[in-house]
Amino acid sequence: MPLLDRNGAREDGWTRSEGAAVGNIPAVIVPWDSLADALAQQGDGRNIGVLIPNSLAISALAPFLPRLALVAIGFPAYSDGRGFSLARQLRRAGFAGELRASGPLIPDQFAYALACGFDTIELPQANAERQPLEQWLRARDSYSLTYQRGYGTPDRNILDRRRAARAAAAPGPR
Amino acid sequence: MAAAAKRVPLPAILLANDLLDGDVVFAAAAGPGGLAWTRDPARALVASDDAAAERLEAFAAAELRGNTVVDAYLVDIALEGGRPVPRHFRERFKTLGPSNRPDLGKQAGEGIAPAPKG
Amino acid sequence: MYRYDEFDERFVRERVAQFADQVARRLDGSLSEDEFKPLRLKNGVYLQLHAYMLRIAVPYGTLNARQLRQLALIGERYDRGYGHFTTRTNLQFNWPKLRDIPAILGLLADVEMHCIQTSGNCIRNVTADHFAGVARDEIEDPRPTAELIRQWSSGHPEFSYLPRKFKIAVTGAQEDRAVTRAHDIGLRLRRHPDTQETCYEVSVGGGLGRTPMIGKVVRDYLPKKDLLAYLEAILRVYNLEGRRDNKYKARVKILVHEIGAEEFARRVEAEFARLDGPSINADPEEVARIAAYFAPPAYETLPAVSNTLEAARAANPAFARWVEVNTTAHKVPGYTAVTISLKPAGQAPGDATSAQMRTVADLAERYSLDELRVTHAQNLVLPHVRLRDLPAIWRTLGEAGLAEANIGLVTDIISCPGLDYCALATARSIPIAQAIQQRFADAQRQREIGPLGIKISGCINACGHHHVGHIGILGLEKRGIESYQITLGGDAGENAAIGEILGPGLAAEEVPAAIERIVAVYLAERLEAESFIDAVRRLGLAPFKAAFQEVPRAAA
Ligand code: SF4
Repeated sequence: MPLLDRNGAREDGWTRSEGAAVGNIPAVIVPWDSLADALAQQGDGRNIGVLIPNSLAISALAPFLPRLALVAIGFPAYSDGRGFSLARQLRRAGFAGELRASGPLIPDQFAYALACGFDTIELPQANAERQPLEQWLRARDSYSLTYQRGYGTPDRNILDRRRAARAAAAPGPR
Repeated sequence: MAAAAKRVPLPAILLANDLLDGDVVFAAAAGPGGLAWTRDPARALVASDDAAAERLEAFAAAELRGNTVVDAYLVDIALEGGRPVPRHFRERFKTLGPSNRPDLGKQAGEGIAPAPKG
Repeated sequence: MYRYDEFDERFVRERVAQFADQVARRLDGSLSEDEFKPLRLKNGVYLQLHAYMLRIAVPYGTLNARQLRQLALIGERYDRGYGHFTTRTNLQFNWPKLRDIPAILGLLADVEMHCIQTSGNCIRNVTADHFAGVARDEIEDPRPTAELIRQWSSGHPEFSYLPRKFKIAVTGAQEDRAVTRAHDIGLRLRRHPDTQETCYEVSVGGGLGRTPMIGKVVRDYLPKKDLLAYLEAILRVYNLEGRRDNKYKARVKILVHEIGAEEFARRVEAEFARLDGPSINADPEEVARIAAYFAPPAYETLPAVSNTLEAARAANPAFARWVEVNTTAHKVPGYTAVTISLKPAGQAPGDATSAQMRTVADLAERYSLDELRVTHAQNLVLPHVRLRDLPAIWRTLGEAGLAEANIGLVTDIISCPGLDYCALATARSIPIAQAIQQRFADAQRQREIGPLGIKISGCINACGHHHVGHIGILGLEKRGIESYQITLGGDAGENAAIGEILGPGLAAEEVPAAIERIVAVYLAERLEAESFIDAVRRLGLAPFKAAFQEVPRAAA
């Protein structure tokens, strides 16, 4: 399935497994149900990732996080926004591996997904064909500034920019 | 569209909203064997049998795919003085306009009578 | 009033460009209708019965003259010369073409307005007390809070795909004119009894619609500085745990109801405790920056009584009556707040023509320090009027057909558009409102009846707030015809209550007579100076039910 990161199309170095079998595959994504089994057979230098449903509580996943190199969150429909909150919680829990949104997202959600902590977006083939890459890149840049603090770079945050402007204008010694 | 079981009782007409304008439009006969949209409910093609209804449904599906209209569906009607009148009051309003503003909408000839220049 | 800085301006301009791009992608087929619909809704674009509808945000109901004139212009240029003020203090145009909407958005941006999040499953346009900054019973102006929330909620990366719509209301007064308890989140500014610091009382899970519920308090005193982090915690719990399996159970009120307010509060507090407040909240200078825009305007020092006004009142009973009914005490001596009724007989409740909008804009500029408000009762307010200017205002309003003296009375009916416009409606509401207005047109009679709020919705979605009407009317479909269910005893105020159904549904023609009978019971039974709703509370439903049963039925 086509994969995007914040810079555009990306080669997918991960293989999907339907069950716990991880064999000699260097980087494999297993379903949530099979995660414990897959980790039990993990070989040296092999990376394991997991695909979780967006209804999973962060507390259930947290014990596994130190051993995971990738977490893919399923988006059953683009209108189901649970994955955005889950991503935020995963980042807050210190997860530093690849965070992937998997499902029929639309370009208009690209910037939101990045702001919530996703690295990559994995699309169904048909969606990627109907909504080509240039639409995703254009939508990514729809807004040069945002209002919410704590979602990405402060230099694009309106409140932080106002604060910086105030500090620069403040009288007194520098 | 094999969903004939769910189809409204016949006779029926096909209505939709124009994607760009939002106006209520009706499928009408156009040219030999063809169909086209009209804003005039009096000109809506009345389907009295399954074959005619299937033709309207096929037209609706093609037009939805072609991104020219939205919300296309068949509406059961009665013929009153030769004109199709929806049986349900909701769709009747769609062929007329707001009941509190007789000066607006199709009841006032909007989109039906040739529009004034300007 | 708040004014955009360069960042606000840029944000709104970028929103216009984004919407234009979304329309283009819809037309070329990149976006399917299923994908486009939520996107257009997030920008206030509905497909209604006859045409598209555009809902324009009037944040916390505040407008200036220039903005209202621009709305008048849009109404003329792109619509049919009128607009509709809604119960969420927004303005709707009923006939715009999708192809014109990007241009309309550009005109709105020119006057610091937008349609952002006026629909869709996201945080909606925030509402506030329409007498904010004016009311004598106010502890603190709610508008700086409302503006902060407007900005924070605009284009929120995490909370733009919620299970369902999410409405926030703020009040700073004793009397809850913003109906905060009927909102997903209600914020009430109040003083902490020990520290005297102003805090928020936070209620969650109110809402009308199919399952009306009154919001539950989850925090008694939230420090003001913690607001955004606390909102983030509430929204995150809702976004993750709100039901998505059934659209009718997806509002936060259902989650609060199912797990209980205490458990909901516990989860919110647990999430809140994990948040790093300082990196989320607005810093005090930012809060102060916004608040400065709402500093009291330059009032004159005036005597508390105006001789000009008193003379005019003595000379003209109709004027005196209008002053009595349509003005509200102002906290500054010599000033008053004027409510302009958008419920003159024969007009759809909440409708205003472009010409009327211009008249009101002129009045606001000339007599109300360039400010006006929209109320959830679908009327307009001139909030800062010198008492001595009332006669001139009344004359001008009269010429525009806007001098109806009926605020809060039986003909000041709240009504949603219903089946005359709305694609979701099951029955019409406007003609019902008009028929009742006609029945009670006599001014003397209205005065005798006193305060009575009738609210009408054209379907169970309850945009007309019928549940909290003293008399509520809900339009339904029954066996192929429009049928109206009457409820009694609802209240939107401090003693918020949901009305109870009086009896079987009525045909449209039977409604005015039924209202007449209900009113007759009240007039016969009331105690000295007892209002309608107080009488209903004291008497209970029984006498009204009995009278209701005697309403002559058109058909068996
Ligand atoms: S209450 Fe129903 S009919 Fe009225 S505006 Fe809302 S959705 Fe439409």
